[in-house]
Amino acid sequence: MIWIDTIVQGILLGGLYALFALGLSLVFGIMRLVNLAHGDLIVLAAYLILVLVTLLGLGPFMAALLAAPIMFGIGWALQRLVLNRVLGPDILPPLLVTFGLSVLLQNALQEAFSADSRRIPAGWLETSSVSLGPVSLGLMPLLTFASAILVTLALQWLFYRTALGRAFRATSDDPTTASLMGVKPEAIFAKATGIAMVVVTIAALYLGTRANFDPTIGPARLIYAFEAVIIGGLGSLWGTLAGGVIIGVAQTVGAQINPEWQILAGHVAFLVVLLVRPRGLFPRAFD
Amino acid sequence: MARSSYKVTTRTGASQIAALVAAVLLVAAIALPTFASRSLIQDMFFILTMLTLAQFWNLLAGYGGLVSVGQQAFVGFGAYMLFGGAILWGVDPVAGLLLAGVAALVLAVPTAFFAFRLHGAYFAIGTWVVAEVVRLSVAQWKAVGGGTGTSLPRDARDLMWGVQWIESAFEVRSSEARDILTYWLALALTVATIGGVYWFLRTKRGLALAALRDNVEAARSVGVDSERMKWIVFLVAAFGTGIAGALIFLQNGRISPDSAFSVIDWTAFVIFIVVIGGIGTIEGPIVGVLVFFALQTLLADYGSWYLMILGALGIAVMLFSPGGLWGIISDRTGLRLFPIQRRLERRDGLQQKEVEEERP
Repeated sequence: MIWIDTIVQGILLGGLYALFALGLSLVFGIMRLVNLAHGDLIVLAAYLILVLVTLLGLGPFMAALLAAPIMFGIGWALQRLVLNRVLGPDILPPLLVTFGLSVLLQNALQEAFSADSRRIPAGWLETSSVSLGPVSLGLMPLLTFASAILVTLALQWLFYRTALGRAFRATSDDPTTASLMGVKPEAIFAKATGIAMVVVTIAALYLGTRANFDPTIGPARLIYAFEAVIIGGLGSLWGTLAGGVIIGVAQTVGAQINPEWQILAGHVAFLVVLLVRPRGLFPRAFD
Repeated sequence: MARSSYKVTTRTGASQIAALVAAVLLVAAIALPTFASRSLIQDMFFILTMLTLAQFWNLLAGYGGLVSVGQQAFVGFGAYMLFGGAILWGVDPVAGLLLAGVAALVLAVPTAFFAFRLHGAYFAIGTWVVAEVVRLSVAQWKAVGGGTGTSLPRDARDLMWGVQWIESAFEVRSSEARDILTYWLALALTVATIGGVYWFLRTKRGLALAALRDNVEAARSVGVDSERMKWIVFLVAAFGTGIAGALIFLQNGRISPDSAFSVIDWTAFVIFIVVIGGIGTIEGPIVGVLVFFALQTLLADYGSWYLMILGALGIAVMLFSPGGLWGIISDRTGLRLFPIQRRLERRDGLQQKEVEEERP
């Protein structure tokens, strides 16, 4: 019985990792850019929500709704002012710039909010749970997983049912031809990063309400997100969700065997997938 | 025209002067402990070991195109093998340095096996994952202190090869003698690294590596085996990084998984040194480490501001001057202290012709 509970908890935890990963997957799918500051941007969004909650006395969900357009703006500006200038055939400049940004963000957050660990208060939601047969599920983990599915569906719809999605796919396939058709790759990239930052805000909402966070935890979130993307297969949104679930289950099962093995078990699962299926489980489902 | 009237050379006037200056500096550096204070020796140790790490990362990323964010795996693993060797098997720490290099080399084989399945940016994070796996595994190794770490045993420290000789020769206490010994070892490692990298880049394989950096398809079409070159560069860098890591923690005397596998200390700083100084040149990391040390000394009291400035400086260099400081200097002046550009020169020196290898 304990194992069923462990696996269900792992699946729900996987929803959180999928939320971390979906923004990364989106940006990579469109512009082949890996943002090494992705985890730190999640932490930035979590602090933004925390500030809105404490300053305006809002609930966490309202605060996230307010934070989302701000994060969109940050993502848009980041792409326009910095990342567009370093995109190109050479992968070194974007990597080094986002790595610099990661270090910059971590330390700016440390300067602004100190190194103390914080949590976004979510009131009664924090402790509520639902009984489902033999297992009891926290409401917050359930909401996280439901959000991950919703975000995946929404991105899928955006990609295949909207004009913007068509522009995304066209730019991803061939920026030169797309620009002949009146699509401006720079503007498309800026919108894509903005949307990725909205996903980041949703991820931050659950990161910050479910557990403590501090300015230094970004890189570890980046690693989980990255593992989920690779396990799922580059560019596949549903694959990314599956990848998150695999990491989540591996971690809870590992922790059940020995609490010190939680993180290690997630990494080992990733390496095993890389060994058996180097291109991930569902490579290139789209694009 | 007879072929024999031409020769291929890399030498320039500046490089000959640079070699002379380097020789003088080297003699001064060897003699440094006879007159310098202990804190200066420690600062020099820091500069030299960071320079060594930077040279190896530059070989990986600047020449091999392998942007690794996981070099802390080799720093930490090498250092832990030195401590483990001394604690479990009584290996003398100086000999342990070689053990550390070999251990890092062995670790590099499975690391490369996994990481080479990923390309570009994903390779970078892949190496980071491996480093995390190694850190978490080492934290389970109870004999060397598990998650909290351990110190080098007193016997191993005080009876290390050379320490007693330095104690009597310089009339200093054993802790100071250890600093002098590790400084000399760091100096030897740095000279061997720079000399070795320079030599390697001037060989046939080095030319192949530069060709791959400039254009993978073109290099392959003339028969360069890119997979093989990637393996060679990755393994060599792991070996050197492992020795440097072991040396850093030998001087430190204490080790813990968090300090030994720190991504900030052993990868972020190293990347900033190379990027700010100038990636893809031997001179770049030398300039970079001096700037890095100056910044660290100036901003030591400002904590996280220091790292923010370093991060911002790295971004600014990449945006506005990707060649780094050395790139600016050498573009303006044409100066090259470690030239690897081959030129065809007539023996009578009347005509010079540059034949190959554009600068990046």
